[in-house]
Amino acid sequence: MTVDSPLARTPLHAAHVACGARMAPFAGWDMPIQYTSVIGEHLAVRSSAGIFDVSHMGQLRLEGSDAEQALDRVLSNSLARIPDHGMAQYTLLTNDHGGIEDDLIVYRMHDNSFLLVVNAANVEHDLAWITARLESRYDVQVRDESNEWSMMALQGPEALTVLSDVLSISMHDVPPFRHAWHSTGHDELLVCTTGYTGESGCEILMDPAVAEQIWNLLSRDERVTQCGLAARDTLRLEACYPLHGHDITSSTSAIGAGLGWACPAGRTFPGADLLDAERDHGSPRRLVPLLLSDRGIPRAGCEVTSADGVVVGNVTSGTMSPTLRRGIALAWLSASHAHEGTRVHIDVRGNAYDARVVSRPFTRFS
Amino acid sequence: MSEPTYPDELHYHEAHDWALVDGDIATFGITWYAQDSLGDVVFFNPPEVGAVISVGGSYGELESVKAVSDLIAPLSGEVTAVNDEVVTSPELVNENPYGAWLIKIRMSDRAEVDALMDSVRYQQTIHA
Repeated sequence: MTVDSPLARTPLHAAHVACGARMAPFAGWDMPIQYTSVIGEHLAVRSSAGIFDVSHMGQLRLEGSDAEQALDRVLSNSLARIPDHGMAQYTLLTNDHGGIEDDLIVYRMHDNSFLLVVNAANVEHDLAWITARLESRYDVQVRDESNEWSMMALQGPEALTVLSDVLSISMHDVPPFRHAWHSTGHDELLVCTTGYTGESGCEILMDPAVAEQIWNLLSRDERVTQCGLAARDTLRLEACYPLHGHDITSSTSAIGAGLGWACPAGRTFPGADLLDAERDHGSPRRLVPLLLSDRGIPRAGCEVTSADGVVVGNVTSGTMSPTLRRGIALAWLSASHAHEGTRVHIDVRGNAYDARVVSRPFTRFS
Repeated sequence: MSEPTYPDELHYHEAHDWALVDGDIATFGITWYAQDSLGDVVFFNPPEVGAVISVGGSYGELESVKAVSDLIAPLSGEVTAVNDEVVTSPELVNENPYGAWLIKIRMSDRAEVDALMDSVRYQQTIHA
């Protein structure tokens, strides 16, 4: 993306603007940040259901008779863990240093066909990264399908009931990270039991031509609140899901980030040897949740110091948790200060606030 | 309050603060426009009572979920009171930005009031 390229618009852009959503640039897209209130939207997802336009997310397709073998040497997680069509998995693109180039969800679609849902800011990077690492001996093609898909997330305790009532799609008994095609009378929808809020619910992939129709049908239900990217960020932070480009980057370790579960030992992917060694010997720095003791809101970039004033790390994401009404953060800390219960200070523009390392997710404290 | 409101009895500063002047005491808050731009206010970091503040300078911070905003003093003086209700419940600023005053000061230069805008003039600046 060049600096002066116009912002991209999702098929729902006009609908967002028409209902007064506050729009702002995000990863090259003009996206709804909030509709009415970040806190209101956040709490609606925790108590009922919220719908998010996430059509900015990218989709890459890998196909070919060797697609699985080829992809299995590029992605950190093991495709053998999702042996059947209709299964999906959280996985990483790692580099030779064990850093994270992107995090994504891979869907096993049908024989020799995989769909990768990647971060909006990384679509072109991921396409180039994967293409460069597919060994020429394999029969596999990779293609950017981002323009062929719209995507929305329906999240919250009522989300799957709404899906069933409004679209007659029953996903109640489906485990997380499963997907299936459903016909609604409008079109075929690819419904996946995934999300980025810590609630139950689904993400729905579809032809952009039907996106507005589906969005309106779901939004019209009184249990559903339209939610912007600001609430998506506070929700994912309460759930302790890292955000690529902020909490996890090409220079942060997947093991230190707590994502070792998505990098099984003994595999062959970029940086696997280093990550296996770090798993055995321990990470020098770790990404941990911090809960503030009282007032104050930590923000990305704030320094974290030990009780005796030594800098031990820094905050990569921070906000006021709408659920807890307390400041929360994800921070990279020296291993010596990353143990649960460790008390630290966060320097917020010159004020030192007490915080402690807690276990994931933050919502367990509500 | 959901509709834009700019009471006539207030004086307005270009940084979207209002001041209510009563004798040598001035009460400060932020305008409807400011709270709407900020979004949900979740934190008020006030000055100490007794602090001396200067017109145009920062006297504290308001934070919404997503952003931090400096509070700009529309007048100079010494802080005589802080609204602890807003410290405890910052969302009051969104509910009623004119009821949810932030601080009171004893003015050091009454002539500064003349430099502030009235409601009509202020509304022209935000719609410009």
